[in-house]
Amino acid sequence: MKIELDDIKKYFGPVRANDGITLTVEPGTIHGLLGENGAGKTTLMKVLTGFISADGGGIRVNGKPVHFASPAESIRHGIGMLHQEPLDFPPLKVIDNLVLAFDNRLIPHRRKARRVFKKLSQRFNFSLDPDARVNTLTVGERQQLEILRLLALGAEVIILDEPTTGISAPQKVLLFATLRRLAKEEGKSVIFVSHKLEEVEELCDRATVLRWGKVTGYIEAPFSSDQLVQLMFGQSFPKSERSPVVLGDSVLELQDVTVQTYRLTVPHLSLTVWAGEVIGLAGLEGSGQRLMLQACVGLQKPSAGRVLLDGQDFTRRAYRDFLAAGVAYLPASRIEEGLIRGLTLAEHYVLAQRDHQPVLIDRAAAAAGMQKRIDKFNILGTPGTLVEALSGGNQQRALLSLLPPALKLLALEHPTRGLDVESAMWVWGQLLGRRQSGTAILFISADLDELLERSDRIVVFSGGVMTSPIDATRTSVEQLGYLIGGVRDTEHTGRDTRS
Amino acid sequence: MNAVLLIKTLASVVRGATPLVFAGIGEAITEKAGVINLSLDGTILLSTMTAFAVAYTTDSVILGFLAAMAVGTLMALIIAFGSITLRQDQVAIGFVLTLLGAELSSFLGNPFVRLKGPSVPHLPILYLADVPIIGAIFFNHNLVVYASYVLVILSWLYIFKTQPGLKLQGIGERPEAAFARGSNVNLMRYVYTAIGGALVGLAGASYSLSIKLGWSHRHTAGNGWIALAIVIFGGWHPLRVAFGAYLFGGLRSLSSIFQRVAPGIPSQFFNGAPFALMIVALLLVSSGWLDRLLIYLPTRVRRVIHDALLGTPPAGLGRVFVKE
Amino acid sequence: MQLSRRLSNLGVGLVPVLLALLFTTLILILVGAPPGKAYWNIIQGALESPNKWASVLTATVPLLLCSAGLLVTFAAGLWNIGVEGQIVAGALLTTWLALNLALPPILFIPLLLVAGLVGGALWGLLAGWLKVHGGVHEIFGGVGLNFIATVLTNYLIFGPWKPAGRATMSGTAPFPPQAWLPRLGSLPVYPIAVLLALMTIGLAHFALRGTTWGLKLKAIGNNQRSAFLMGIPTHRYMLGAFLLCGALAGLAGSIQAIGVRQRLIPGISAGYGFLALLVVLLAGYRPLWVIPIALFFAAVGVGSPRLELSLQLDSALGGTLEGIVVLFVLLAQGVRRRSASRRLAGTQSQSQAQAQAQEHKEAV
Repeated sequence: MKIELDDIKKYFGPVRANDGITLTVEPGTIHGLLGENGAGKTTLMKVLTGFISADGGGIRVNGKPVHFASPAESIRHGIGMLHQEPLDFPPLKVIDNLVLAFDNRLIPHRRKARRVFKKLSQRFNFSLDPDARVNTLTVGERQQLEILRLLALGAEVIILDEPTTGISAPQKVLLFATLRRLAKEEGKSVIFVSHKLEEVEELCDRATVLRWGKVTGYIEAPFSSDQLVQLMFGQSFPKSERSPVVLGDSVLELQDVTVQTYRLTVPHLSLTVWAGEVIGLAGLEGSGQRLMLQACVGLQKPSAGRVLLDGQDFTRRAYRDFLAAGVAYLPASRIEEGLIRGLTLAEHYVLAQRDHQPVLIDRAAAAAGMQKRIDKFNILGTPGTLVEALSGGNQQRALLSLLPPALKLLALEHPTRGLDVESAMWVWGQLLGRRQSGTAILFISADLDELLERSDRIVVFSGGVMTSPIDATRTSVEQLGYLIGGVRDTEHTGRDTRS
Repeated sequence: MNAVLLIKTLASVVRGATPLVFAGIGEAITEKAGVINLSLDGTILLSTMTAFAVAYTTDSVILGFLAAMAVGTLMALIIAFGSITLRQDQVAIGFVLTLLGAELSSFLGNPFVRLKGPSVPHLPILYLADVPIIGAIFFNHNLVVYASYVLVILSWLYIFKTQPGLKLQGIGERPEAAFARGSNVNLMRYVYTAIGGALVGLAGASYSLSIKLGWSHRHTAGNGWIALAIVIFGGWHPLRVAFGAYLFGGLRSLSSIFQRVAPGIPSQFFNGAPFALMIVALLLVSSGWLDRLLIYLPTRVRRVIHDALLGTPPAGLGRVFVKE
Repeated sequence: MQLSRRLSNLGVGLVPVLLALLFTTLILILVGAPPGKAYWNIIQGALESPNKWASVLTATVPLLLCSAGLLVTFAAGLWNIGVEGQIVAGALLTTWLALNLALPPILFIPLLLVAGLVGGALWGLLAGWLKVHGGVHEIFGGVGLNFIATVLTNYLIFGPWKPAGRATMSGTAPFPPQAWLPRLGSLPVYPIAVLLALMTIGLAHFALRGTTWGLKLKAIGNNQRSAFLMGIPTHRYMLGAFLLCGALAGLAGSIQAIGVRQRLIPGISAGYGFLALLVVLLAGYRPLWVIPIALFFAAVGVGSPRLELSLQLDSALGGTLEGIVVLFVLLAQGVRRRSASRRLAGTQSQSQAQAQAQEHKEAV
């Protein structure tokens, strides 16, 4: 099925998310849509799938102009999208999620659904348990389910939005093989939306590059990385230098710690974190890295082992004690867990002054104090701005600006998720600055490149088990990808002697 | 206490719990769709009064039931309108309607206090009512009670075994996903809230026309809250909600028996017992100590017990769904 | 805000109130009652004599006290429906002391009022504990405890505390005169109570806006998780909110017991707790608006019983009117917000979008 987007325009106020984008996708091809965060890729796909309607321009399917007023209509035309967070129903079983794809019979034909499921799974080599509940699956498996569902619905065009974040290397290999089969053997049109050059290079037949809502280039395979970088960023980025840092004393020590929830047990964690060190935590979601990070800041009480902060036993201490001892924790969802909707920046400033809080609020002093931070951290806003009005990048800046000046340990979850390259680089500039002054940094990331580039050591979590720390300079994206998927191959892992 | 008395007591438990079954399942359906109808106590009072008033005036029990269901649906639609279309706080509107329903029922019901009116005729089922023990407990009642049995089974079948039922689960769990798959989330929410409201109205009518005949001020006060608690306690599952209804409904009926057995305990204790039980039941289900206990059990068993005993609310419950 | 904007806002705010009056009038007509006479009766009932004015002031006291407490719990994002039971609990503890001790008034009265604070605070703490450590939503904890408090009251009135002779619905034996809250002459108004009530609302207004404590409560109410991660001891603050609201409600209960009734009766709380919830909702959680609204509700409450005498209408008409007003106001707020957000749809995401645009520009 041939898809043509003609001069699509979509504005949100003065922001031109899509500023006249023209694009053609031929059947039987894998078409890459490349651009960094904020370039307009997701908006464009939302227009194509009927989630939002364009302000200008049109869509043609096989030459005929169409208009989608809702996702249901685009599905009916055979266009299906795999969202970054698969839109499925977690508590329902796999087979039920699939059944909902078959149209409206009163009593769903479960047996027919199972047959279709088995046939499709075998064709693509997916090994999914139809009776498992979706909330027990990994992201990669949920993607597989969604692909099956879209195929069962008769999709001719399959759009994948950033599908490789959060899946393991073997799952990625399987996904790419599946996409190739879909395009070459079944003649489907595949649109692969990503900000990762290497993957577009590896997988796609041709690519369209977006930047700030406009198309900067159409290219055919074989691609050249430099060319793609130029089109994406308008410049090339020098690889960041690692500045040598003298490591200090041990800041945090985990001694044979076990953390448990009713869903997952993470046993035998042992790690020493030195002052000025950056340690990256890799792993698929739900593999235990979050639990471990939370144990390091007192949000999870270990059921065994000891947690030492600066040599003192903090195992039974509360989160607030950790905060008072110079630890800080920045959660992944900035507005859901970090900032407070309905409060201004100045009010956040007041709340952040944990030790020197007068009974009465001095609004003038708070505004002045916050303004200083705004200037220093280049936040686009005023002390009176409500935090929900800030952009993602500015919210991250605000969170970093509210941290106390001297920290022993800074724990961050996905510090640059959803940020464009500039903001991401700025964030790391800040973090590395802290590291110079002796703060130890622990961070979780799904971006293997970021982990390799920024960490001194990396630990990988898989199924609740943590590897020994790996020297970041002695491993690669590929090796990490395999470790994440649970492949324990001594050839692939670089073992570090320091611990 | 002899066997005859025991059977009679159990029968009255089944009868007395019927309104809670209707209200509980009705609210479970509404909440499965993602909407909280907090006005149950007021709606039940208002529909109880309406059922009696209409039945008394027209001498028709059926009209009484219909009027009550209309009232229940109307109250529910106000909540749906306020929360889905106007995006106001569901709890606030529900609470105001609770008070309003109670006050309206007192005001409009004034002329009907302590009057004797029609009631649902007794209707033992042929053959089944003669079955020893079971027959006496379950099949020796009236149409309303039998309807409640049918409702329990039908609702379970609908939610878990049919296509639209699966869609219902989807709407409450993850409205964004349901929308992406083509469901009209907000329309469905209206429909299911209305259905739930009608069932709540039915519950009200069962009080004044079947179980606690007649009308007086604050006739049924408190039962709406118990119904809401039963939905949580029952994990939003029709069968467990029905179980909860029989458990709580039974408590009320049992009080008269216990009073004979243990005359020393003051009568007020039994009035307050359902609410103490409500708190304990919710503690059991929500406090998380069960989760902590589960850690000590083998992994296989954990999931089974967790699903059987604890329920999680539909993830989209109470949250407004906005397109785009 | 300019005066003209303020006035126009007021005007828009009055529309739902007028609609509510219209709606209630319709109901009255349907029932065959004369609406004009009904309203006039309520007004007369509230204003026809200095005695009645005094009663209105007295009825305002529990509303102000409970509203002040509810403002605190609402700030923390809590629906303290248990406020009704907290009134009762304060009255119970007060009664226990009043019936069993004898002290000169100058010591007794403050002691009894403190007992009210303590009783209500404990009952509130119970609801709070159930919520914070038991995971039981405060609505259910509150409702359950309300009923338990009522049951407890009835048990005590018909049991251990029954007056000599027969137990009746009129309550316990009257308290000794040393326990009576002093009146203003012969009028049923209690200056101490009025003073306390006004002070409390004033303090609430000031504390919630101008103190760090108030800001922390607001933070917890808006996003409990984020507040916790910022280092705010959320459990402590939430329990504190329950304690404070319970204490104020208990004080109201104590005043009812030793002032208005001079004994414990069933239904000592008289629905003031729920009514206060309506007051706060109607006031849009603004302390200063609470005062006139509480006065209005108190007036309606005092005036409604006259309906039964003159027109054989149930006094619940008053409560009905109040409920309809709040409902319409809430719905109207929703309507206004939606039409405003439609207009702002460009503007609001504009500010965020502008931020993004600036960011992009700066990056270049």
